[in-house]
Amino acid sequence: MGLLRIEALSRIFAGARGGPPTPALERIDLTVEDNGFLAILGPSGCGKSTLLRIVAGLEAPSTGRVLLDAQPVERPGPDRGMVFQSYTLFPWLTVRENILFGTRATANRATLLIEQVGLRGFENHYPKQLSGGMQQRTALARALANDPKILLLDEPFGALDNQTRALMQELLLGIWEADRKTVLFVTHDIDEAIFMANRVAVMSARPGRIKCEVRIELPHPRHYTMKTSPEFSAYKARLTEEIRVEAMKAVSQEATA
Amino acid sequence: MLFFAAWALATFGGVIDPIFLKDPVYTLRAGANLFREFGFSKDVGITVFRVVGGFVLAALVAVPLGILMGAFKPIEAFFEPFISFARYLPASAFIPLLILWAGVGEAQKLSVIFIGSVFQIVLMVAVIVGSTRRDLIEAAYTLGADAGAIVKRVMLPGAAPQIAESLRLVLGWAWTYVIVAELVGAESGIGHMIMDSQRLLDTGQMIFGIFCIGVIGLVSDFAFKWANQRLYPWAF
Repeated sequence: MGLLRIEALSRIFAGARGGPPTPALERIDLTVEDNGFLAILGPSGCGKSTLLRIVAGLEAPSTGRVLLDAQPVERPGPDRGMVFQSYTLFPWLTVRENILFGTRATANRATLLIEQVGLRGFENHYPKQLSGGMQQRTALARALANDPKILLLDEPFGALDNQTRALMQELLLGIWEADRKTVLFVTHDIDEAIFMANRVAVMSARPGRIKCEVRIELPHPRHYTMKTSPEFSAYKARLTEEIRVEAMKAVSQEATA
Repeated sequence: MLFFAAWALATFGGVIDPIFLKDPVYTLRAGANLFREFGFSKDVGITVFRVVGGFVLAALVAVPLGILMGAFKPIEAFFEPFISFARYLPASAFIPLLILWAGVGEAQKLSVIFIGSVFQIVLMVAVIVGSTRRDLIEAAYTLGADAGAIVKRVMLPGAAPQIAESLRLVLGWAWTYVIVAELVGAESGIGHMIMDSQRLLDTGQMIFGIFCIGVIGLVSDFAFKWANQRLYPWAF
């Protein structure tokens, strides 16, 4: 199981040096159904990463709550695997040892995942010997090896070049199509969101709110050629419009701040 | 090389009076003589024993304490003010007091080195452990690690190479302390030999003694570096 409910959640940051407090997230209600793939799409600074960190239990909400299979989330735990935007492999462990780090990881699953993410032959390499794409594939395998109920992805391919990024999207989608694990994916890349997700939630500029949700009815398995299909373009046109308004708001906020 | 050339030029060329600075050949001969007739190897042995003994004792106390301070803020808040103060107390200033407390035996020599090293190591280790990458700790939490596992499986292995590096540094300082301790009230050791040679105005022996300290320091430094690179291949 892996049903995630986010209920009336807000997060207010205390003001810096006596300044007024900043609301980062405002009354977020969101559900990710079991086996669903939800992408949260928003301009930078809208609080989407904060939302993901709250779901992970790394930060506490100011109000509201997060429920995973009806259990309230209070602290980080192995039921919610996370892949970060920054490279967070443990540099003193090899690829295989990294994948086995999780408290619930098993040798069998690690071997299988190394195969799945295409790292056979690199099991005994240290992270510094790997390219960025390989590091993120290892991080993905590390999160999956722990067999979480839900996978939280915070712009995991954000630091990669375009080609690698496209390949990583296909890889992740392939794994999801095979496993059907619940996924919550945060990104500011519209193509990425449409290509992978079943549902896209657009977030507004700060304070972050869910502005609209769009169901992506593209059939699975999805192939990269789909990115040029008319259906894909229609979704893209719509989401581009939604996000553009928010991006402009975000920019004007920064100008006045 | 340049150093030895200048030395040879100054002494053989008669620029410096041989009473103050002996030439390299004489110094080497004096050194050989020291080993042959005065049992200098025993002096070297006892000095190495003091450095290593005091240093290991200091590390045994300081490394665990430093790790606890770096990992847990309340522990750091408790010890930090005193240790920061104690760090500035020069070990050599304790020598007269330590002679009163511990006599002129080995206990006094070891305590000089212990005092000189322990506070430095604690603070360096605490800073190193405290600066563990935040995102690695968070990643470990999301993989199911608890606080104990964070210390054991993230902070310790991540900090180990830097801790070893800081130990290498402090070992160098420990060499300074041991000689100071031996210059004041000792019956053996390299420092004591240098002191004896001063009474006999034998600059050759004195220079050889200083030279020995440098060589041993260099050797221990290389050994430390080599061991670090072997132990932590991922960091180099």
